[in-house]
Amino acid sequence: MTIAIATELIYLLAAVMFILGLQFLSSPRSARHGNWIAAVGMVIAVVWTVMLLRDSFTTAGLIICVVGFVIGGVVGVVSARRVKMMAMPQMVAIFNGAGGGAAALVGVAALLKLAGQPIELQSGFPEVFAVIIGGISFAGSVIAFLKLQELITGAPITYPGQHLINALLAIVILVLAAILLVTNSSIVVVTFMLALVLVLGVTFVLPIGGADMPVVISMLNACTGLAVAASGFALNNFALIVAGTLVGASGTLLTRKMSDAMGRSLVNVLFGAFGQVQVSKEGAQSTGARTVRSGSAEDIGTLLAYSSSVIIVPGYGLAVAQGQHALKELADLLERRGVEVKYAIHPVAGRMPGHMNVLLAEANVPYEQLKEMDEINDEFKHTDVALVVGANDVVNPAARNSPGSDIYGMPILNADQARNVVILKRSMRPGFAGIDNELFYDHRTILLFGDAKDSLTKLVAAVKAA
Amino acid sequence: MSEQTVILFTYFVLAAFIGFEVISNVPTILHTPLMSGSNAIHGIILVGALLIAANAQTPLQIVLGLLAVFMATVNVVGGFVVTDRMLEMFKARQPGGEKGKES
Repeated sequence: MTIAIATELIYLLAAVMFILGLQFLSSPRSARHGNWIAAVGMVIAVVWTVMLLRDSFTTAGLIICVVGFVIGGVVGVVSARRVKMMAMPQMVAIFNGAGGGAAALVGVAALLKLAGQPIELQSGFPEVFAVIIGGISFAGSVIAFLKLQELITGAPITYPGQHLINALLAIVILVLAAILLVTNSSIVVVTFMLALVLVLGVTFVLPIGGADMPVVISMLNACTGLAVAASGFALNNFALIVAGTLVGASGTLLTRKMSDAMGRSLVNVLFGAFGQVQVSKEGAQSTGARTVRSGSAEDIGTLLAYSSSVIIVPGYGLAVAQGQHALKELADLLERRGVEVKYAIHPVAGRMPGHMNVLLAEANVPYEQLKEMDEINDEFKHTDVALVVGANDVVNPAARNSPGSDIYGMPILNADQARNVVILKRSMRPGFAGIDNELFYDHRTILLFGDAKDSLTKLVAAVKAA
Repeated sequence: MSEQTVILFTYFVLAAFIGFEVISNVPTILHTPLMSGSNAIHGIILVGALLIAANAQTPLQIVLGLLAVFMATVNVVGGFVVTDRMLEMFKARQPGGEKGKES
């Protein structure tokens, strides 16, 4: 068996493990094994590559491979171990950005290898593609990270002529790519193209609101996959093509599932500059002067303690406050008193689909109590109390009733149909989408202001006393 | 187009179909870990980064190679570790219930 054939077989083995890994990741029982299988596939592919290269390392090459690998490994492990569950989405964003950046740099290096000579279209085209898509993914992921980490405002940043500027940037980039492919490899053109690609990545994500970041991250994840696949074409490498394409395809599907969950098209997410300051047209004037009813923890504790059924609607505010353990304590307490407790999980609760499940799992909330939207939406009208903890947009009736609203058409949880609605909230500030919420002004609604964790702790005490 | 390119293109098309198929039944609760796990898988770019870094000679090649290896490693190592951490929390459940149920 020649080395070349062994290589193909080993990369095939790695590819099979990636496919199995993804398959196992799609079921709760086997998900963790799936991740391990994929990781082992990765180790196999990387170790074999190093074996292949062992005679061709230059001294400098060997040093940078070792140094890059060690530092990268340490940074990866430490940041992945330290990150709080709540900050998971931005962590995924930054890892994705790193991958996109690496794909872009691989493309750049390949393009510059034959400096001054004509580029072969067959390898040149995928190289250019990897630089463009990988670069956009890198810059876009960094912006997504900054927005979610709230280092820059989560609100959409818009300016006149935005789409036009982006379109022009894209055209110039394509022209540069064409120049590169028909003339000789040139470091000036490549550098210029890379710079513009990074600018485009930034300007592309800036106008998208923080609430839509998960969709954007998912899309950029798919993009990185495609950039990696393109590098695979350029380097003639089976493993890169298959793994990159797998991620590109599954990431695209996941992105579509996410925007579907919000009831909006992907185009609208990416180009709609959603959640701009203009509050929903008809709601704007009417809500200004209206009052809300806020209650004390004791009142609400009593209400909860003497109800027979409670549905908890957890949202991002819960995650921010790290209140999931206090919430679990409250739920346990209520259950011991014979109250039926369920959790209603909106598909986009938190910052990513499934994010809320991860957080609640951390607090040992049993799976059986977590209900998905379609499962539980009919139950609200027979429920005594809907307890909304740090959620807002996912229970906003404007999505159902107010065609002028930006979130109109998004499927929501029918918390407004419960006999009583209790909302734990930090302040009257609108939610992440920047839209006012009718539900707060409803006569059946009681608000308890404050940090979600503090409020929950007070409620625990109040229920105990009731 | 050479025969080799056609073969590579075939891999690409087939992998795309598998990618769609293999996750089509994923329940919502696993979307975040799945995204994170697939994010780690595109860390395979580390193989590409090693290929270009291995015979780096000029200063430019060295800088590009170092950065590429570093970033790719962050992607792959961080990606798998963070996914494992997420999934670890699903594990401590009693078996049974309606885990795999999808609406």
